[in-house]
Amino acid sequence: MSTRARRIKDRIFKATILSLSLLTLLPLLLILITIISKGYSAISLDFFTKLPTPPGDPGGGILNSIVGSLLLIAIAVVISVPTGVGLGLYLSETRGPWASLVEILINTLQGIPSIVVGILAYLWIVKPLGGFSALSGGVALAIIMLPTVARATQETLIRLPTSLKEAGLSLGASYTRTIWKVILPSAMPGILSGVLLGVARIAGETAPLLFTAFGNPYLNLNPLKPVDAVPLLVFNYAMSPYSDWHQKAWGASLVLMVFILGINITIRKGPWKRR
Amino acid sequence: MEKEIILETIDLSAAYGDNWVVKSVNLAVPYNKVIAIMGPSGCGKSTFIRCLNRMHELLPGTKIKGQVLLEGENIFDLPPTTVRRRIGMVFQRPNPFPTMSIYDNVLAGYILRGEKLSRAERDEIVETSLKKAFLWDEVKDSLHKRGTFLSGGQQQRLCIARALAMRPDILLLDEPTSALDPKAQAMIEELITQLKETVSIVLVTHNRAQAARVSDYTAFMYLGEIVEIGPTPQMFTAPKDPRTEEYLTGKFG
Ligand SMILES: Nc1ncnc2c1ncn2[C@@H]1O[C@H](COP(=O)(O)OP(=O)(O)OP(=O)(O)O)[C@@H](O)[C@H]1O
Ligand SMILES: [Mg+2]
Repeated sequence: MSTRARRIKDRIFKATILSLSLLTLLPLLLILITIISKGYSAISLDFFTKLPTPPGDPGGGILNSIVGSLLLIAIAVVISVPTGVGLGLYLSETRGPWASLVEILINTLQGIPSIVVGILAYLWIVKPLGGFSALSGGVALAIIMLPTVARATQETLIRLPTSLKEAGLSLGASYTRTIWKVILPSAMPGILSGVLLGVARIAGETAPLLFTAFGNPYLNLNPLKPVDAVPLLVFNYAMSPYSDWHQKAWGASLVLMVFILGINITIRKGPWKRR
Repeated sequence: MEKEIILETIDLSAAYGDNWVVKSVNLAVPYNKVIAIMGPSGCGKSTFIRCLNRMHELLPGTKIKGQVLLEGENIFDLPPTTVRRRIGMVFQRPNPFPTMSIYDNVLAGYILRGEKLSRAERDEIVETSLKKAFLWDEVKDSLHKRGTFLSGGQQQRLCIARALAMRPDILLLDEPTSALDPKAQAMIEELITQLKETVSIVLVTHNRAQAARVSDYTAFMYLGEIVEIGPTPQMFTAPKDPRTEEYLTGKFG
């Protein structure tokens, strides 16, 4: 084959790849454009700082659901990070039937529909406590993000050179202190990405919150009381008959999308990343 | 004679599973001397010296038989962390802690062991250890930068400083220069000859010239056994065992 023919073939190949990737990008761009164009008019300072007005009254914002979402995410992080990192550490340090079992369970957990997790949180927490709460919603979200944190930790730790652990131990450090002071800090960038990925995953979850966090038109910071969440507000407002609320649902979708986009950019550009 | 030996192995054997790769080794390490261990690849040198600071047993499925006497005490009767504090190790590939500054890397042993030091003690240990490792002049203005920004040779000297900071009795060096360029290598060789004033050194090396330059004694290891050991000049000029001669003249390995 001549160089010319090869070059033409090369061009055709590149053009095909480019058009194919544009094709997959197209629906994504459409989603982005729709959300932005429908949502931006709802955005104002009030949108972030005011509570909702009664239906029909114009104005108001979604402060209750933003605060609620942050509270839910905080609870989920506080629960899932220690357990997820612990499980990832266990899986990277141990081999054997138990470790395999735990790994299978974590992978299975990843595939359980989030609504089922919500039902479990309802049975385990809402019922015994006798009411909907941020805590139950946070637990449901923690269960959903746990596999992500555990896998990220495990994969980061496995990729760390064994020479690091050896260096720690060869100085006369105990195994536990070597893990705490050398291994986990070295794995921090990977673990942090995993946590952020998990947060991005739960930030938009709606189903598991329906019968746990439940929703709340007022501001609430008490973990034992119901809270609103941004995706929950989108769901409730979109189902309502008020056009003002439809507008706000688009605005809230935009806020959520920007938040998740921001997390993904942070993961990519990670200011903590070395090298 | 007794007084001159700091470390002694007695019928030391080591295995991965049922594969015994170190077989009944008897070796004595004198105070303030450099003893080089040479031998073809895979003959068990690394496995052997990793028994001396109880690193071998960290791998699952490994076995050890025999004794290692450190000033008369069997190291297998001591806590491993105590043994490793007294017998430092430097690895083939420089492995400074990536999350720590140069300063903290030198102090890593104390930090990791949770041994508290005063500010003055810390500064003193960092300075003397870096000086002993010939690194002080190059890094004294960037002590709080990360150790991973250094060149390979500097990183290796940092690892030596980190080991020296614990004031070990013995230093185990497993091919410490094989990943370095000739200049960095020469520097570390020079360093080794100075260090023996304060520590006893066991040096594993593939480099015949290096063994000849820096060691007082050379042991030749073959298929898990120490075939021959003697004063270095004698080993290189008049080896007794034909296998030693073949190896040293480059016929194999
Ligand atoms: N982790 C391990 N598991 C099983 N076998 C091993 C392991 N490490 C080393 N061995 C085997 O033990 C034998 C001795 O290995 P060792 O690393 O001690 O040799 P060496 O003399 O240091 O070689 P080199 O000069 O290449 O570093 C080799 O046959 C090797 O295959
Ligand atoms: Mg080796």
